[in-house]
Amino acid sequence: MLIAILIGFVFALFLAFAGKYLKGKLSILISLIPLGLFVYFLQYIPSISEGKLLVENHQWIPSFGVNLNFRLDGLALLFSLMITGIGTLVFAYTSSYLKNHIYLDRFYAYLLVFMGAMLGLVLSDNLITLFVFWELTSISSFFLIGFNNTNPDSRRSAQTALAVTGIGGLLFLAGALILGNIAGTYQISEMIPLSEMIGQNAHYVLAVALIFGAAFTKSAQFPFHFWLPGAMKAPTPVSTYLHSATMVKAGIYLLFRLSPVLGGQAFWNTTLLIVGAVTMFYAAFHTLFRTDLKGVLAYSTIAALGILTFLIGLGTHEALLAAGVFILVHALYKATLFLMTGAIDLGTKTRDVTALSGLRKVMLPIAVAGILAAISNAGIPPSVGFLGKDLIYESTLHFDHSSAIFLTILAVATNVLIAYAGYVAGVKPFIGKLPTGMENVDFPPLLIWLPPVLLAVLGFVFGIFPGLIQESLIKPILTSVVQNASDVHLKLWHGFTPILGLSVLTISLGLLLYFLWKPTKSKEDFIERFERISPKSILENLAILFERGSDLWTRIFQNGYLRNYISVIIIFLVGLVSVTLLKNTTYNIDYSSFSRLTVYEVVTLVIMILSIGFAVFTKSRLAAVAATGVMGYSICLFFVFYSAPDLAMTQFTIDTLTVILFVLVLYKLPKYLKLSDYKTRVKDAVISTAFGGLITILALEVLAQPVNEEISNYYAENSYILAHGKNVVNVILVDFRGTDTMVEISVLTIAAIGVFGLLKLRLKSSERKQK
Amino acid sequence: MKTIILRTASNYLLPILLLFSIFILLRGHYLPGGGFVGGLIASIAFVLHAFANGLKDTKKLLKFHPGFLMPVGLALAFLSGLLPVIGFDEAFMTGLWMHDPIPVIGSIGTALFFDIGVYIVVQGVTLTIIFTISESA
Repeated sequence: MLIAILIGFVFALFLAFAGKYLKGKLSILISLIPLGLFVYFLQYIPSISEGKLLVENHQWIPSFGVNLNFRLDGLALLFSLMITGIGTLVFAYTSSYLKNHIYLDRFYAYLLVFMGAMLGLVLSDNLITLFVFWELTSISSFFLIGFNNTNPDSRRSAQTALAVTGIGGLLFLAGALILGNIAGTYQISEMIPLSEMIGQNAHYVLAVALIFGAAFTKSAQFPFHFWLPGAMKAPTPVSTYLHSATMVKAGIYLLFRLSPVLGGQAFWNTTLLIVGAVTMFYAAFHTLFRTDLKGVLAYSTIAALGILTFLIGLGTHEALLAAGVFILVHALYKATLFLMTGAIDLGTKTRDVTALSGLRKVMLPIAVAGILAAISNAGIPPSVGFLGKDLIYESTLHFDHSSAIFLTILAVATNVLIAYAGYVAGVKPFIGKLPTGMENVDFPPLLIWLPPVLLAVLGFVFGIFPGLIQESLIKPILTSVVQNASDVHLKLWHGFTPILGLSVLTISLGLLLYFLWKPTKSKEDFIERFERISPKSILENLAILFERGSDLWTRIFQNGYLRNYISVIIIFLVGLVSVTLLKNTTYNIDYSSFSRLTVYEVVTLVIMILSIGFAVFTKSRLAAVAATGVMGYSICLFFVFYSAPDLAMTQFTIDTLTVILFVLVLYKLPKYLKLSDYKTRVKDAVISTAFGGLITILALEVLAQPVNEEISNYYAENSYILAHGKNVVNVILVDFRGTDTMVEISVLTIAAIGVFGLLKLRLKSSERKQK
Repeated sequence: MKTIILRTASNYLLPILLLFSIFILLRGHYLPGGGFVGGLIASIAFVLHAFANGLKDTKKLLKFHPGFLMPVGLALAFLSGLLPVIGFDEAFMTGLWMHDPIPVIGSIGTALFFDIGVYIVVQGVTLTIIFTISESA
């Protein structure tokens, strides 16, 4: 499984280097990767449906309980199949959709990273590993939304999406840590038996709230839904793949996955119910006012995600079953509708529903796909959508609470609006008269029309033969989240029941709405007026406020004068430390621990004092720098006296290099033109004396403190035994605390790149001015 | 500062100092020394050469920008830490050692490669900073 997850990343890296030479020639072959993975996951269907699990563990940071635990169960299998299956179609579709795009290779690299991350997300059984993949999906989504990076709108949408999902990711990390601390493990499968204990923990609400934050931002729940319509700036294959079928369902997946751990509590169910209900109705209502095909679909996707949250909130077996089926149903028809939109966009160069009609005459297969998807979306039998909607109504009607009727009405209303959105997107562009100017629209190529048709037909195959998915896909989903799942029976005909009545009502009301209500530009403008009070504007205003605040802060503290920075740092430090020193320290200087002064030390000390005096009073910059160099060397001598040769060597070379650097910078400058005035010098003298005095006191105090020698003894004793080295200092650097060193050299590198960038970039701009 | 004495001397000093830096690097495991100091000494060798012969000559001698040393060293250090994870199913940065020490170099382990990585990164960082500043000064 690890290989299946990593293969996307590996190929993405390969494309990053080799893409230049391929020039998109072999782009269709890249779809073999998701196809291969799809087949790989298909072969597990029989064993998973028998209730077996596929578990794979790799150690990562075992001391923290963070490991690469992968676990393939029914839920993970459904998502894996969706990711790789729809992935295959999207990959193939892209090779035609973005044909001859100069960055096609880059696009595939992003898509592959996304696919790998998404697979990792659904297969991870460890919360921390899950978090890593979670973040990777956000990041790859950022690159994909901003793929048309010359368009400021798409850059902005990408940033909004990253900001929202990124904040969610942080919340997830916090939630995962709390949850891990409560349960004592990060492994989700190990948490399930502890569910009751977790529910009674004092921090349960906090952990759940954080997890909710993550899931709601990712799955675009109200009030975080606004990034998803913005994300429609991405090329259509991305909208299909990430923003309808897979990534946005990651939040739902997380809720689903954690519902056996965290569910069953009032807080969990009520919050999910309310948020889901608000989201589904709010978003479904918004579809009425959209004229952009993708806009309509985006809002209906949010509504669908709301339904899923809502169902998980209901939390009954029926509701979870309905959610599982609906995930599949929605992925099938929504991906079709998006792919269809892409085909229309490609052919007619517009996505405005008010301008599109009669396209069946020029792109028949697309029309078939669109209409089939709209039927499934509306839940008309014999599509699989009918099964999905039936189950939703069943779970709301059977909900054991006084609000059941209200919830059912809400669900019906939402479904009516979603059905309407489906008709607008999937039917309206194809019926009626072909507008003039569109007669010459080219017939879409095979790779454009085949994927949506395949998906649409699949939606009907599953609908007519529900047995195909009943035991193999749907039941395992239920067994993976609830104990002793009852038998699952999917069928089209249940007899004349209230649920059937509701279905008929939904379908007919949806049709009625479609015929009575026409989307127009003026209606869209009308709803735009409320934009000012929408969560999106509030967040944007907050961002602007934050920007202004940081601007002010920067101007006050980062004023560009190095001397001011140093003064501020030192004054602050002196102030802070002396307060603590004055408050609670008894001064006892342990004279007995002082060693006797030797002649060398006296001589070195005299040299130091002389060079300090010289540095302060000299009139030449270079001489002052040289004098500080002498001071540095003298300190090295002290290190040598007190047997710290490693330190001495390093300090010695560093001092040499520092002086060289100073000389390089100062060499070209004129001699002192103007000495700082008397007042400044006095001020500087006071600050530096205070600092020196403080350090002296600290050093004396440290000497008087009892020393804990346990750690240094451990290093001294084990240096040779464990690390085969006799030089303890070096062994600590490269072995015992090697990770520290690793980070340090990374920081050094960053600093060097910073220096390089600052100086070189400035040089270039000045050169440009000269020209 | 292009005096003939310094220039002549630096031509001999450069290889000697570089050798010395490698000596310091290798001896670090048993005696004072190590990758950090070694890297600094090696950079001083190049800086000295640059002082004597001019930056252009040193750059020509190096053939590539010292900045490229940084990723190389980082990668080496990282891989030496990763090796136990990939090959031996141990935690990240576990020290692995060959049984028998090799003459001159001493015993070889992942820590040595890590130290060599540090050595290369330090050189890259120091030289990049000094070269950049001296070019723009």
